[in-house]
Amino acid sequence: MSRGATSERRNLILSWKRPYGILAFFVFVLLAVVGCGGQEESGGGSASEGSSASGGETTSGGGSASAGGSTSGGGEVSGEGLVVYSGRNEELVGPIIERFEEESGIDVEVRYGDTAELAATILEEGQNSPADVFFSQDAGALGALTNEGILSPLPEDALSQVEERFKDPNGEWVGVSGRARVVAYNTEALSEEELPSSILDFTDPEWNGRIGWAPTNGSFQAFVTALRVIEGEDVAREWLEGVQANDPRRYDNNLAILEGVVSGEIEVGFVNHYYLFQLQEESGGDVPAANYYFQNGDPGSLVNVAGIGILNTADNTPEAQEFLEFMLSEEAQQYFADETFEYSLIEGVPINEELVPLSEIETPNADLGNLDDLQGTLDLLRETFVL
Amino acid sequence: MTLPLVYLVLRSLENGWGEFFEVALRPRTLAVLARSVVLATVVTAASVAVAVPLAWLTTRTDLPGRRAWAVLAALPLVVPSYVGGLVLVSTFGPRGLLQDALAPLGVERLPEIYGLPGAALALTLFSYPYVLLTVRGALRGMDPALEEASRSLGSGGWSTFFRVTLPQLRPAIVAGALLVALYSLSDFGAVSLLQFDSFSREIYTQYRSAFDRTPAAILGLMLVALTGAILALEVRTRGRARYHRSSAGSVRPRGGTVVALGRWRWPALLFCGAVVLLALVVPVGVLVFWLARGLASGEPLRLLWGAAFDSVYVSALAAAVAALAALPVAILAVRFPGWVAGIVERLSYLGYALPGIVLALSLVFFGANYAPGLYGTLALLVFAYAVHFLPQAVGATRATLLQVSPSVEEAARGLGRGPTGVMATVTAPLASSGIIAGSALVFLTTMKELPATLLLAPLGFDTLATSIWTATSEAFFARAAAPALLLVLVSALPMYLLLIKERSR
Repeated sequence: MSRGATSERRNLILSWKRPYGILAFFVFVLLAVVGCGGQEESGGGSASEGSSASGGETTSGGGSASAGGSTSGGGEVSGEGLVVYSGRNEELVGPIIERFEEESGIDVEVRYGDTAELAATILEEGQNSPADVFFSQDAGALGALTNEGILSPLPEDALSQVEERFKDPNGEWVGVSGRARVVAYNTEALSEEELPSSILDFTDPEWNGRIGWAPTNGSFQAFVTALRVIEGEDVAREWLEGVQANDPRRYDNNLAILEGVVSGEIEVGFVNHYYLFQLQEESGGDVPAANYYFQNGDPGSLVNVAGIGILNTADNTPEAQEFLEFMLSEEAQQYFADETFEYSLIEGVPINEELVPLSEIETPNADLGNLDDLQGTLDLLRETFVL
Repeated sequence: MTLPLVYLVLRSLENGWGEFFEVALRPRTLAVLARSVVLATVVTAASVAVAVPLAWLTTRTDLPGRRAWAVLAALPLVVPSYVGGLVLVSTFGPRGLLQDALAPLGVERLPEIYGLPGAALALTLFSYPYVLLTVRGALRGMDPALEEASRSLGSGGWSTFFRVTLPQLRPAIVAGALLVALYSLSDFGAVSLLQFDSFSREIYTQYRSAFDRTPAAILGLMLVALTGAILALEVRTRGRARYHRSSAGSVRPRGGTVVALGRWRWPALLFCGAVVLLALVVPVGVLVFWLARGLASGEPLRLLWGAAFDSVYVSALAAAVAALAALPVAILAVRFPGWVAGIVERLSYLGYALPGIVLALSLVFFGANYAPGLYGTLALLVFAYAVHFLPQAVGATRATLLQVSPSVEEAARGLGRGPTGVMATVTAPLASSGIIAGSALVFLTTMKELPATLLLAPLGFDTLATSIWTATSEAFFARAAAPALLLVLVSALPMYLLLIKERSR
């Protein structure tokens, strides 16, 4: 009995050592907090350092007055700088946004994310959305915001620069760069002559096991929507069922499809045109893949756009309009043509010589603004067990 | 903690009950739900099968280099599933790196990894450490005298393990398994890359392709119901057993109960090696390969120390907040079991099983509309993490708390301490191994969290996870490799400290 009591006491005494673990942890947290405080004080300097070291990583105005926004407490920025929600990737648009900041002197705060998730975020935020501008990866998301009455009409001089087929009929959003749907094919397995003249021909059993697609991908779904609008519900359904019967490999996105084409997992894949060029740049040379464009207004030759809309709850509408004008300027359009391998949507900007010019692509007769019936497309994809 | 639930109910019933039942009872919805249940079951069983032997080998045996194995085997937890999945696909895909390497041997194509096997493999490899860490914590907190008594009463090593050790470990195994099961329900990265139609993928697809949030919310609510069912199952495994003793045992110098493996050492080493190879060496190796390939083709090396700092900072905050919030919940659950404690503890699991996007949008909705002062601040982001990952801290804390005898606390009360004093000076220190393990889990999971970070972080707040996402979503694999390696490295450090600290005890 007495032994038990002593050992218990000893155990309790020994257990006093244990708080050190917790203590150490909280010291760690404390150091972290203090560390951040320190960083905040020297925020201006370190932010500009960061942006030069990382080659355009930081977009929140290196060294400018509101650099503190990059650390804690940066939430209440409405009224300070222009707030852009960008569904376009930071690697792609970060540098051009930075150039806008330099040239206009306007601070831009960017929230990067998935286009659809950001659209959902804007819808959830409602009247209190901090966003001024929505920079969307595709027209569908902009159409969805238009339907909810969240975007405001854009100035006529911005709209007039862009062809009718690449903007909202009511002038609430406008495309700033184009992306064409193409078929990427493995050049070791196929030659261009072996490819069909219409995307509708991929239902032929000869393509069994050779196709890759990404049914969850926004660009693909925009194409299916276009197919429904142009050829009707029945043709779209037949096409989906036909391709599905050819046992296509399902990928998560365009890029994974292209990787599949390059590695030979599949021979053809339905993608956007510019991924090929990115992959070439990344792997530093030739890859055994090429883009194939459909002719004669085939539904497979849809050109979708990345576009901009301005929220009607924006606090910085003049700055937002300046942002839009800049993105439609020759400088920015040239940037998109050179750096992201997309199509410029204004006249007179030379495009990458490896691209088929936009004027030579006869796009199917579908209004991009009409491509927002995604629920219908989603239902069709589900009914045909594609999704 | 109930905010996400309230949000889901609000959104689900926006268009009335008609749409609710139409979406919920669609045959497809039920089929996908069933597939998710299968996935979660397989992953949980596999994780337990991998993690329990690993935990035992690295705490109780003379396995050569067992401390190193302990650190290495826990590290896969820091590999985000969207990176791990990508690596698995590019390595073991039909025409991946492995096929490249085997091509000279005439291997044209590897068998498919897409679908259930691949998704289950990926999720198991990157989530078994949940079980490993909780079980290790319990093994270390367990009184070796029980095993010794069993041995001295004539039971052999195996029989002691199955009849004494394993039953003692049950709460820890269940706590870890619960985390794995709920994680595999909510994960999106691995299932989408490995092309398995799980429920979370269905929810993401709904959000991403149609801008109608009602069907997505209905699906989210169904996931909540499934979580409830799993939690109810877990309660049944708990029973009324007690895991502490009436009096504390004596403290022995470490190494007192080491089991000599003898010739079993080699299969044991092989097992540890195989797990670490698949879950850690392959992903890190592929990342290094991508980085090298990128550097060779002229990519600049970008070490994002700023993002690394932000990641560590916000993860440490989340870990501290979650640990603090978890202690009262765990104490309530262990010391005052009843329906109140039951409900509070269950609610803490709600946020965990929801896919990040659902949780994030619910906080976007409440933050922007009802707490505009907090919206877009770090505080709301940390709150989101805490709500999301609280169960990790609760589970680990609860498991060690079960080993603390209430009589010690009563003695402290009897000697004149108040309830909070007892909690701070007696209960918390005695349960410290669990609290620390729990906050380490929260820290590591927060480091790689993506959907909530993207939507809720203050503008311009970059973490390593968002940097990786930025690069991978446009296939800049070389650019993703640097932050991904940095993430693994930065996360490895606290993990290492956590595990070597054990030695000093």
